[in-house]
Amino acid sequence: MIEAWHLTKVFRDRKRGEVRAVDDVSFVCRPGRIYGLLGANGAGKTTTLRLLATLLRPTSGRALVAGHDVVTAPDRVRARVGFLAASTALYDRLTARETITYFGRLNGLSEARIADRIGQLADQLELHEFLDRRVGKFSTGMKQKTSIARTLIHDPAVLILDEPTLGLDVMAARAVVRFVRGCGADGRTVIYSTHVMSEVEKLCDVIGIIHHGRLVAEGTLAELRTKFGQEDMEEIFVRAMGGEEVP
Amino acid sequence: MSGRDILTVYAKELRDSLRDRRTLVSMIVVPTLMIPGIMLIAGVVLTRVVRKAQAEVPAVMVVGGGDSPAVRSALAGNPKIRLVATAPDWRQRIIDKQLRAAVEVPAGFDVMLVRGEPATVRLYNYESELRSGLAVGELRRFLTEYRDRIVTARLTGRGLPASLVRPFEIKAENVAPPEKVGGNIVGGFIPYLLILLCFTGAMYPAMDLTAGEKERGTLETILCSPVARTDLVLGKFLVVLTTSLATVVWSLISTAATLAVGGLLLAGSVGGAGRAGAPGAGALPTIDPFGTLAVLAMVVPIAVLFSAVLMALSLFARSLKEAQSYVSPLIIVVILPAMMGLLPGVELTAGLALVPILNVALASKDLVSGVFHWHHLALIFGSTCLYAGLALAFCVHLFKRETVLFRS
Repeated sequence: MIEAWHLTKVFRDRKRGEVRAVDDVSFVCRPGRIYGLLGANGAGKTTTLRLLATLLRPTSGRALVAGHDVVTAPDRVRARVGFLAASTALYDRLTARETITYFGRLNGLSEARIADRIGQLADQLELHEFLDRRVGKFSTGMKQKTSIARTLIHDPAVLILDEPTLGLDVMAARAVVRFVRGCGADGRTVIYSTHVMSEVEKLCDVIGIIHHGRLVAEGTLAELRTKFGQEDMEEIFVRAMGGEEVP
Repeated sequence: MSGRDILTVYAKELRDSLRDRRTLVSMIVVPTLMIPGIMLIAGVVLTRVVRKAQAEVPAVMVVGGGDSPAVRSALAGNPKIRLVATAPDWRQRIIDKQLRAAVEVPAGFDVMLVRGEPATVRLYNYESELRSGLAVGELRRFLTEYRDRIVTARLTGRGLPASLVRPFEIKAENVAPPEKVGGNIVGGFIPYLLILLCFTGAMYPAMDLTAGEKERGTLETILCSPVARTDLVLGKFLVVLTTSLATVVWSLISTAATLAVGGLLLAGSVGGAGRAGAPGAGALPTIDPFGTLAVLAMVVPIAVLFSAVLMALSLFARSLKEAQSYVSPLIIVVILPAMMGLLPGVELTAGLALVPILNVALASKDLVSGVFHWHHLALIFGSTCLYAGLALAFCVHLFKRETVLFRS
């Protein structure tokens, strides 16, 4: 479970002054459900997820991830979280097996447990063929599968996914969507950020729309359709943001 | 802090680095090729230049002395110089290196000698120019002998022994062991090279493991694992330190091999005339092995200091290119004090023992000669360890700052 109360993150920028990247955001993500965080580029999605993954420290507010406070127990939070983002790359000079093993060890797993988990994940993600090849020579899809295996090696209860389909081709993106859906079905808590409307419609049980760092709308797809009187997710998104605006 | 996590990060980063061609080049290829390259090529070139210069019969001009046929014919009879016709532009010819030296004989020189009047012969040369130096050296030797012959003749004419004006001979003999002599010759050069290689060995891995990882997006991947930031930075730091020290050790092995092979080659080429350990024609200097190990021990805290500073600077950068622009000027900061250690007359004092890099360069000069000033060594080791510790603490501090890690 993820619980956030009045989460705020302020950056100080020389040119722009004080920037409220995340502004008083509160929400709850429950186990077995996929929470979609929808927003335009720069809306605050990545910062919100980085706060939950303890990569950044909130300026104010509080968040509990898998029952642990992101400020007072960041190590415990990270041990229970699988974080996958478009920006989290892999080591080109390691093989897929070495990469997954490395993260297994950092998560405190025994060698036997790591070998066991790699076997399971390789079956699940069809990794066997390229498990012992160096990541640098992988296609984007193969890299993404390896990243997923790296994220799941310690069998985390919570998954934080920041635009995991960004830059992927159709087939690789479909594989990621399948994987996310499976994680929800496994009973994990999943928070998933994207700006691709179709993914939200396909995947998410609850949708939060974030704009200029603020959570401007939240609910199930049906609730949002009713609230904004629109069927199309893109229209709902635009209305939630207050209409079209030229940046 | 978890030793297991530090070791895990260290093992992974080391494997990753050793698979990187650029790290291997800076760690192994550069010291392997650079030291033999510098020592052998410079040695061979220098030997050839000196031999060629020694084999050359230098062109010398006699200025004046038209009324002194005795000294002129004596000079003309010296097969080690070639007299050229007198010309008014002899100074310019020396500057233009067409003429190696000139000897100015005063008017009435032969007559003055016969009368026993004092006279001055002047020698003109191009200072610091090898061939000119050799020519003037030969002229000085020849004229000294000429003067001695006249003195002996005068004494004999008066029925006096030659020993009257030369009551004793002076002969100088070296008593310093070969390694001390060798230490003085290469003592400054080897630490300078080691300090420089220690820095260059750490440079690329430090940038790659910090700014490089930021640029590739792998830093964020590792930061979201449960490993503590301190363990992460220590694991990475140990890899940078390992490559830095490996570069130094490798260059020491390479130096020893070069000295051994170069010594054998030179000894062979001069028919065994060059006795090992006696620097001079045909011999490469030897250095004290314990002193060399002590230099290595002094280089360890320097390597820690370099590794931590390089990592901190690189971590601040957003990309490898930006890190290079921060790190490159630092080479000057390293070279300057290391070069000061090469200067003659700069001696280690308690004050200088606190100046990083320069202190190790100066101490190493003594160490490779087998001279151990323990109080200075303790001061250097202690202060350098302190600086290294502070730099490492700063690096750990930076690794915990999100404004540095996620600087954009």
